[in-house]
Amino acid sequence: MSLPTPSGGSASEGRAISRGDVAHLAKLARLAVTEDELDLFAGQLDVILQSVATVGEVAADDIPPTSHAVPLTNVFREDVVRPCLTQEQALSGAPAAEDGRFRVPRILGEEQ
Amino acid sequence: MSSDLTRFTAAELAAKIQAGDGEVHAFLHVAAEKAREVARGVDADVAAGREPASPLAGVPLALKDVVTTEGIPTTAGSRMLEHWVPPYDATVTARLYQAGIPILGKTNMDEFAMGSSTENSAYGPTHNPWALDRIPGGSGGGSAAALAAFQAPLAIGTDTGGSIRQPGSVTGTVGVKPTYGGVSRYGLVAFSSSLDQAGPCARTVLDAALLHEVIAGHDRMDSTSIDAPVPPVVEAARQGLSGDLSGVRVGIVREFSGEGYETGVTASFEAAVKQLTVLGAEVVEVSCPHFGYALPAYYLIAPSECSSNLARFDAMRYGLRVQLPGAGAEEVMSATREAGFGAEVKRRIMIGTYALSSGYYDAYYGQAQKVRTLIKRDFDAAFAGVDVLVSPTTPTTAFKIGERVGNPMSMYLADLCTVPASLAGVPAMSVPSGLSADDGLPVGLQIMAPALQDHRMYRVAAAYESARDAADGGPLINRIPELEAVKA
Repeated sequence: MSLPTPSGGSASEGRAISRGDVAHLAKLARLAVTEDELDLFAGQLDVILQSVATVGEVAADDIPPTSHAVPLTNVFREDVVRPCLTQEQALSGAPAAEDGRFRVPRILGEEQ
Repeated sequence: MSSDLTRFTAAELAAKIQAGDGEVHAFLHVAAEKAREVARGVDADVAAGREPASPLAGVPLALKDVVTTEGIPTTAGSRMLEHWVPPYDATVTARLYQAGIPILGKTNMDEFAMGSSTENSAYGPTHNPWALDRIPGGSGGGSAAALAAFQAPLAIGTDTGGSIRQPGSVTGTVGVKPTYGGVSRYGLVAFSSSLDQAGPCARTVLDAALLHEVIAGHDRMDSTSIDAPVPPVVEAARQGLSGDLSGVRVGIVREFSGEGYETGVTASFEAAVKQLTVLGAEVVEVSCPHFGYALPAYYLIAPSECSSNLARFDAMRYGLRVQLPGAGAEEVMSATREAGFGAEVKRRIMIGTYALSSGYYDAYYGQAQKVRTLIKRDFDAAFAGVDVLVSPTTPTTAFKIGERVGNPMSMYLADLCTVPASLAGVPAMSVPSGLSADDGLPVGLQIMAPALQDHRMYRVAAAYESARDAADGGPLINRIPELEAVKA
């Protein structure tokens, strides 16, 4: 099958993934990848994506998708208070905590 | 039960692991103190003449480090969770304690259960006790190696695309992936939620069945947990040990043979099939035409779910946070994920991000989901004519450490035969089928059954195991070369 050309990337012929595409994906996935990793991953992701794209060979236009092996229905329970983690337990793994709350780096930019 | 019971106490095993895990490196943490506490509780029950909490009370176990344990570190093989001590027990952990099973420690694994060799662990690889320069399989290589090295008679693994079965196959041990939803996922560090399933690992089929019954069953804390009786796996394993398989119809998956399968693996599989026939099973060949597309579908679906699940590692609430004075949350998040995740996890997150992105969704993730439907239909059609399906568990025996790390696609091929059952949610297991004539390393026979018919495969596996052991003069695991750690 012919691979779709990634948007925003200058994919050279026959390649699914360029270095620029990897940089874009890494940004979306919040991974501050290094320059060396861009080179490494561009080659590897290209091989992987070309290979998995073979799912496109299957004629499946009229086939419904399966997201789950077991048919799922919504599961309800009574809205009652049950034992749960204490505040101390919930914060026990926090990188930083203050006054019983998670302490996080600033969320807004300088200009905001 | 295993003869370990008479040879080691839980406390002695814990001390032995602490002293001599260096060669194999099956464990990331040894929880000796807690294990002794649980063992003492069982001793007290016995001394007081009380009924033991379960048939496995006092039998120690190695727990994959992806299952949360209150007060005991849980790293999932990642730097991201290096110092994390969970504030709660997984349902699997709680059920083990309720059954009086001492947890010796947490076993090594590929980071976040992504891999087929345990080389993706941030804490160094585990070595196969059969040949220390070989991989023990993955992602649950630590659990399987702990069994093969006689460090523990029982272990728990998790299987997303083969992470219980493939390590079982290459270490000459038994590994079972129950029906999806058969064992609660509450407290499993999530990789691919529609596929992840915890299951028992042991040295014999009956031990695996006994452990299966301890951990299985409905759990209201997991909305995908099946609200149905646990399949009668222990009864089936005992029935199988009688060695009679008359009336059982076995299907050989035609698509899982030929090119890419080692000669020794194929020979071992054919001998196993012949043995099943001798035991009275009716063996036929069946075709599952879409199984050839299971691997690419799996390597789109699992990374897609992984890219979503691993978004939780945001450096805010738990786990690693890289300190960048003055930096904003998003910058800290990106730097932390870069530092905390290894190469394979990053690759899968990016593959998943790609497959789910607008413009590619239909061609990749959407198409993979349709293929998943066709694979389910292949299983349905096959199971209309046979009771169980069989194949080799893996196309090759244990490969050398380092051999495939540079080539992710060749690593993925280790999961060729195990991913269809994962995608369809049906139960599947690996049972040792002997040593390969090529290299003297263990080969596994995979047995698959319809959803909630887990007992069918236990019956076939137990019958096969007893016949193979009888023909071979004892269990395969007895032929493992002596390790320094075992001799000590």
